[in-house]
Amino acid sequence: MTVVTPYRSAVRGARDGFAQLLHAEWTKFRTVRGWVAAMAVVAPVVIALGLFSAAGNSSSCSDGPKVVPCPAVPLGPGGEAVSDSFTFMHRPLGEGGGITARVTGMTGIITYPPPNHDQIVNGLVPWAKAGIIIKESTRQGSAYAAVMVTGHHGVRMQHDFTHDVAGRPASAASPTWLRLTRSGDTITGYESADGVHWSTIGSVRLPGLPATVQAGLFVTSPADLTVKPNAVGGSIAQARFTQATAVFDNVDLRGAPPGTVWSDDQIGQSGTTQWEQEHKPAGVVSSGGTFTVTGSGDIAPIGQEAGQSIEHTLTGGLVALIVVMIVAVMFVTAEYRRGLIRTTLLASPRRGRALAAKALVIGVLAFAAGLVAAVVTVPPATRILRSNGNYVLPVSLLTELRVMVGTAALFAVAAVGALALGALFRRGVAAAVTAMVVVVVPAVLATASVLPLEVSRWLLRLTPAAGFAVQQSIPDYPQVIGDYSPQAGYYPLPPWAGFAVLCGYAALALALAVLRMRRRDA
Amino acid sequence: MEATIDVIGVRKRFGRTMALDGMTFAVRPGRVTGFVGPNGAGKSTTMRVVLGLDTADEGSALVGGRPYASLRRPLSHVGALLDAAALQPSRTARDHLLWLAHSQGLTGRRADEVMEQVGLGSVARRRAGGFSLGMRQRLGIAAALIGDPPVLMLDEPFNGLDPEGIVWIRGFLRSLAAEGRAVLVSSHLMSELQDTAGHLVVVGRGRVVADAGVAELIAAASRDRVTLRTTARPEAMTVLAGTGATVAAVDRDTLTVSGLAAGRIVELLNGHAVPFSEVAAHRATLEEAYMELTRDAVEFRAAMTPLEPGTDREGAR
Repeated sequence: MTVVTPYRSAVRGARDGFAQLLHAEWTKFRTVRGWVAAMAVVAPVVIALGLFSAAGNSSSCSDGPKVVPCPAVPLGPGGEAVSDSFTFMHRPLGEGGGITARVTGMTGIITYPPPNHDQIVNGLVPWAKAGIIIKESTRQGSAYAAVMVTGHHGVRMQHDFTHDVAGRPASAASPTWLRLTRSGDTITGYESADGVHWSTIGSVRLPGLPATVQAGLFVTSPADLTVKPNAVGGSIAQARFTQATAVFDNVDLRGAPPGTVWSDDQIGQSGTTQWEQEHKPAGVVSSGGTFTVTGSGDIAPIGQEAGQSIEHTLTGGLVALIVVMIVAVMFVTAEYRRGLIRTTLLASPRRGRALAAKALVIGVLAFAAGLVAAVVTVPPATRILRSNGNYVLPVSLLTELRVMVGTAALFAVAAVGALALGALFRRGVAAAVTAMVVVVVPAVLATASVLPLEVSRWLLRLTPAAGFAVQQSIPDYPQVIGDYSPQAGYYPLPPWAGFAVLCGYAALALALAVLRMRRRDA
Repeated sequence: MEATIDVIGVRKRFGRTMALDGMTFAVRPGRVTGFVGPNGAGKSTTMRVVLGLDTADEGSALVGGRPYASLRRPLSHVGALLDAAALQPSRTARDHLLWLAHSQGLTGRRADEVMEQVGLGSVARRRAGGFSLGMRQRLGIAAALIGDPPVLMLDEPFNGLDPEGIVWIRGFLRSLAAEGRAVLVSSHLMSELQDTAGHLVVVGRGRVVADAGVAELIAAASRDRVTLRTTARPEAMTVLAGTGATVAAVDRDTLTVSGLAAGRIVELLNGHAVPFSEVAAHRATLEEAYMELTRDAVEFRAAMTPLEPGTDREGAR
């Protein structure tokens, strides 16, 4: 045999690293026109649907035959929409001091409740509130801290609308002593059964509280809300007017600036209904140190029943997500279909890395498409809605960012999951159908009024559709009774928890895909 | 890295079928090694095992002494064409090579180079989906060359090529080998490898039935048979069969004798005074050698490696 000089390659490449694999996968993606086109229409679809539906949506308020500007919804210190209506007997308070009072009893009426809806009954709704409050001013939405007796939830200390701390489970019928003390910005709440032995409920800071604030007695009673299942699935929410009356004595306010006196006011809509005017007006009746305070309304955050939420501008998101997932599936199954996967694995024999590179490329692309879609839809569509007279619930900038970035992340993770299904099944149709069945179908079923409420909720806890929670901008509050159903825009899991469920499924699918790729012959 | 492929005792079972049954051979640099055998003999499976696409149940397959999966920038060590149809049809030929180049840290210039090398420069921007099978083969060869590797493995590269293409690829493969590369080319038709392969690995039923140079193979196939023309057929058969040779009557005055050299036959017939008019050592063609080798792997192995016929026979049955 002749002596052979083995071949020496003249081609010198750069490093063999993950970056090269990413580069290769990106080249693969951008050189298939159909995929690029599909990914490129994602953002325009969302934007067009969002802006067009916002432009076609208008609302107005009228006073009799006259069209008037809709009343402004007050905002709490955190910028959220709040309900701030109550009867308030108050007196100015300086930087140090406090107020003490005893609630001797609390009664109320509920108009036309179920089952027969034919009479007005005596009773208190669970979150009827009577107690003492220190509030920045009588302006709706101003900062406050309060301790109170509630209809069914015992003694509570609440402040700035969204915060709630439980005290003793005292009954509304038995006398309860309440006390609030102020020291600068700090308000501390106490309760006592006898006026002698006091226990602290909590202490809160209300930053920027002015030197003189208003302290006093308050009573309010939110609407009686019931949510009952609809015969054809979904649910019907009904709200009825209620009113509460509480009797206070032993009222003691210390630290009032000299020369100030007690006054009483209806804050917000309290006392404005015809029923109140004709039957039992809201207000304060005093007789020898005893004050009977009657009011209705609520001091609490309000939810999606009050208006639209910003995420509703992303209605095109579901269609876009379907497109993204189909592209992601095809990005890998096209290679299996043609046998090109073998070429891919020749170029990168470490199979986990090959799939990871693919997943990262599709994930980043889906993220980019989702981000462009959300950023160009949410703020402008919200502005258009508002300029058309619609009430869009305000949210903080951070929440708005979370909704937009969350939408992008939702797209990215759903795409990675779909790609993993593609690698797992190696068949485009099977993988795409599975992706739809686990992500899109549960989301649609749960948010359309077709399933019983609890079934909808479980779907949004257990399936990858839980990830849509990341788009929810208005939270639900345990201290507020509301129609917290998926169809009303409330997901059963907190935003990032729901997103984590989706991530978990995507990670599982990816792990199984890598495992199968490693184990099986290509 | 050494430009070699070593396949050592590889077994691979697909369900109840033994696809590879102790496949063993080596591919050396500087020549084209033909990898021939009937369809289903295990050629493609062997290649996939070498490339780490399929895992062997037993044995090992090494490229330059290392398993494929451990290679860094693998395409600069081994280039392979397995399936010319493995293309995304909507991607252009150049883009197909471009992503491969990028995966190895190479640039688009290398894609252009290999494109020119296989004569596809003029259709670089055309979608690969519109390519004929012959053009796809060329594109597949270009892809195999992207990393300028010292080892090349091409599975049935002649398929779909027109005569001109076949001539081109033969010359191309020879020139690649002449540069010192190890080139393994599979085919189910020996004729395709004629004038191309200097060495042949013949396989059947998942194992090597011959591993030899082309000249050697022809000689081996020829050595076996002698044509004898005689008017005294019965006498000749008696004499020759008596020595243990296999004698078959072809027609009234022609016999073929296996297992005896021509010279020995002449000696024997003269010794027994049997008349004959012609003794011709059969000069086989490569095609005939191949047909004989693959017709029944076992018989051939017994003839080629007479030292261990017993064990081989049992192993194969």
